[in-house]
Amino acid sequence: MATLELRNVNKTYGTGVPDTLKDIQLAIKDGEFLILVGPSGCGKSTLMNCIAGLESISGGAILIDGDDVSGMSPKDRDIAMVFQSYALYPTMSVRDNIAFGLKIRKLPQAAIDEEVARVAKLLQIEHLLTRKPGQLSGGQQQRVAMGRALARRPKIYLFDEPLSNLDAKLRVEMRTEIKLMHQRLKTTTVYVTHDQIEAMTLGDKVAVMKDGIIQQFGTPQQIYNDPANQFVASFIGSPPMNFVPVRLREQGGRVLALLDSGQARCELALGAASQGFDGREVILGIRPEQISLGAGGGDGLSLLRAEVQITEPTGPDLLVFVTVNQTKLCCRLAPDISCQVGDTLNLQLDPARVLLFDAQTGERLHLARHAAPLQDNVAHIAGR
Amino acid sequence: MTSRLDKPAISLSRLAIHAVLLFAVLLYLVPLVVMLLTSVKTPEDIGSGNLLSWPAVVTSIGWAKAWATVSGYFWNSIMITVPAVLISTALGALNGYVLAMWRFRGSQVFFGLLLFGCFLPFQTVLLPASFTLGKLGLANTTAGLVLVHVVYGLAFTTLFFRNYYVTIPDALVKAARLDGAGFFTIFGRIILPMSTPIIMVCLIWQFTQIWNDFLFGVVFSSGDSQPITVALNNLVNTSTGAKEYNVDMAAAMIAGLPTLLVYVVAGKYFVRGLSAGAVKG
Amino acid sequence: MTTATAQLRASPLDAVQRWLPKLVLAPTMVIILVGFYGYILWTFVLSFTTSTFLPNYKWAGLAQYARLLDNDRWWVASKNLLVFGSLFIGISLVIGVLLAILLDQRIRREGFIRTIYLYPMALSMIVTGTAWKWLLNPGMGLDKLMRDWGWEGFRLDWLIDPDRVVYCLVIAAVWQASGFIMAMFLAGLRGVDQSIIRAAQIDGASLPRIYWQVVLPSLRPVFFSAVMILSHIAIKSFDLVAAMTAGGPGYSSDLPAMFMYSFTFSRGQMGMGSASAILMLGAILAILVPYLYSELRNKRHD
Repeated sequence: MATLELRNVNKTYGTGVPDTLKDIQLAIKDGEFLILVGPSGCGKSTLMNCIAGLESISGGAILIDGDDVSGMSPKDRDIAMVFQSYALYPTMSVRDNIAFGLKIRKLPQAAIDEEVARVAKLLQIEHLLTRKPGQLSGGQQQRVAMGRALARRPKIYLFDEPLSNLDAKLRVEMRTEIKLMHQRLKTTTVYVTHDQIEAMTLGDKVAVMKDGIIQQFGTPQQIYNDPANQFVASFIGSPPMNFVPVRLREQGGRVLALLDSGQARCELALGAASQGFDGREVILGIRPEQISLGAGGGDGLSLLRAEVQITEPTGPDLLVFVTVNQTKLCCRLAPDISCQVGDTLNLQLDPARVLLFDAQTGERLHLARHAAPLQDNVAHIAGR
Repeated sequence: MTSRLDKPAISLSRLAIHAVLLFAVLLYLVPLVVMLLTSVKTPEDIGSGNLLSWPAVVTSIGWAKAWATVSGYFWNSIMITVPAVLISTALGALNGYVLAMWRFRGSQVFFGLLLFGCFLPFQTVLLPASFTLGKLGLANTTAGLVLVHVVYGLAFTTLFFRNYYVTIPDALVKAARLDGAGFFTIFGRIILPMSTPIIMVCLIWQFTQIWNDFLFGVVFSSGDSQPITVALNNLVNTSTGAKEYNVDMAAAMIAGLPTLLVYVVAGKYFVRGLSAGAVKG
Repeated sequence: MTTATAQLRASPLDAVQRWLPKLVLAPTMVIILVGFYGYILWTFVLSFTTSTFLPNYKWAGLAQYARLLDNDRWWVASKNLLVFGSLFIGISLVIGVLLAILLDQRIRREGFIRTIYLYPMALSMIVTGTAWKWLLNPGMGLDKLMRDWGWEGFRLDWLIDPDRVVYCLVIAAVWQASGFIMAMFLAGLRGVDQSIIRAAQIDGASLPRIYWQVVLPSLRPVFFSAVMILSHIAIKSFDLVAAMTAGGPGYSSDLPAMFMYSFTFSRGQMGMGSASAILMLGAILAILVPYLYSELRNKRHD
């Protein structure tokens, strides 16, 4: 059980090449589950290897339980790791795989046997103990790999994309199981993935990485609801957030965004007027589920009429695509809505959930929030 | 391996294919058959018959005489080959392990130099090597030949193991390091047990190379320390006395049998070694 | 700074562990650097000296190279290498490819046939040379066999014909190496994507056409490797000449490797022998460098 802190961790492979890790700064508490998520090449696996001590860092410090372990060899850091390829020792039986680390640490045989039995029971792999890894299915190998990590009762568990070699169904099962295991054992865990669903479902804390930089570090809810920039907003969530280029206008002390579906236009009131927003081109971000069908017959002003171009029934949802400001906009609607290509829908965008991003840098822009009731937010609609 | 271009086509063309293949088999076999037939004939029989005529009497004179002449050199070859094969394979395994799994600054450059070394003509090192052996007092000894074969076999054995080990996922070594295992523990407990196929390939390759070597043998040894290839060449190309072709052929077969035997028993590894050493090298 | 303090706290055992890979590789590095590159440099130096029976380091400039290029025997050896090399490579490739394609037609007993084709590769060149010297013996070898079998006018005396003796070397070398080329191409053919062949068949191409226009072009890398290996064997060929002809009649079947050996070790012409070795190295490099270059470049694209 341990806390983990990274202080200004840097990693470079030499001058001339861009740094692999830049000023990584984060801390998790004892028993927390940290997710490192990002596209491939973002440095998340390198960071994990640095935590494990498999790669050295070029600057900064890694602290476990407050002790600087930056110069320690992997074996002294008391860390266990589960690999994407499982990395089971192919010539050893499952029992020996689990026991290997204990034998190296010269535990008495009785203690080893006891520990193997405990782990095997925990993971329900008792019947597999005499087999070789080659004789196991992917899911079973995954369990053994976890068993090997659990056996040493290390301070910190590292998981390096442990589920990506499994098929979709098994992946969901194992995900639940990992979560259950963590709830039961409460061990500090760092988990690398490129899968945003794993990031959302498993993590207590999520660090979204890109180009060796932590883009945002926070709880899954913070990452989802309050992304720091357009990259984070686009990376988390499925189907992904819509990004619509809009021009802002100030009127009556409020900032308005002009939306044009081709059939109709509306001006969405976003918040209180702030300096420098009038006439500015920005990116408006809104998640598909934050778009709803306007109540029939309302005041009509809060709605944007748009023609349905594609429908994708996914089962639990109906995804409807329309065009707004020459950009495809995905709306996630209830599956029982009957709606055909060519139909016109009255869409309602929730202004309270709308996010704004700088068109050039992708940085998040903040307006002073307007407290006005919802109906007043749509200030003006111009039919065609 | 079945499959290939679908349905057995017209039987006539298939017949032709089989005929060609069979003819080629015979061509490849002829020298071996001729050697065997000649080696069991009497010299008179050789003079009166032809290459493929059946021996009038089957005799072991040729073999007995050949063995009496070359047996000492045959043992020399064994004394040279066995230690040289074992040492160069062991070193190659360790080197390959480092080059594949414990890379450090400069190790890739070194690997390039090594790869290059596999192709160098040995003629360019013969003279300095013979000076060195002389300085070490190993000139004209089997120990000297062992040393030379180890040194100039290292490039290949290292290449074999390195190319095999790069296919093993890095994660295995990482996992073992986290489990607390060190350099030699990982090698001995995890990597070596996985290496049986490549060890076989390497042993067989080195055995064939060293047993069949002539250049080093003829340059670095003389008289009693010569390997069998040199002795065979001396026997065959001696110009004194009447030529005894039965003895020549028997001696040639004695020199060829060990590698031939290895090929028959472990042909799979032999072919893999050839292609690994050749294609990748 | 942080790392420096951290390093201090690492145990001495860790330091040993960190150095172990380098320590283990060090002997080999020394061996390769000295035994390969150092010795080449040494030979290179010797080629610029007046060394004869014993090495000396009296500077001779390019005199040895001039003598070498003035030496009729060297030119015979070089010309022989050209003839031997191109015939050996060409014929081995044709036979190897042909046998590989034929063997690739779902032949029963393929494994057995393959074993037969390949066994000469397991033999020493000395054994091969001895066998073929006997087979090509004028008066007693194939020469007599053919006449005994009724081909009255058959004469095969190439082994003692200075103009043709080099073909004898070609025959023996092809016999030894062509099976290996077959094995290389067979492996290559097995690696060809079956769906490409299916697609060509659906397009209505005939089998020979598919092989010629689709399959073989995709085996370009195998061709390169094969040529590489064969030319390597050809340039280093020494044992075969020693066993079959010892360079004779006269020096009509000399190859550079043989030349180097006899001038360096028998005739006491160390300087000139070294010069010939360096030229051999140059020939290998001329083939090797472009090959390695393309290999490495391809790898980078992977």
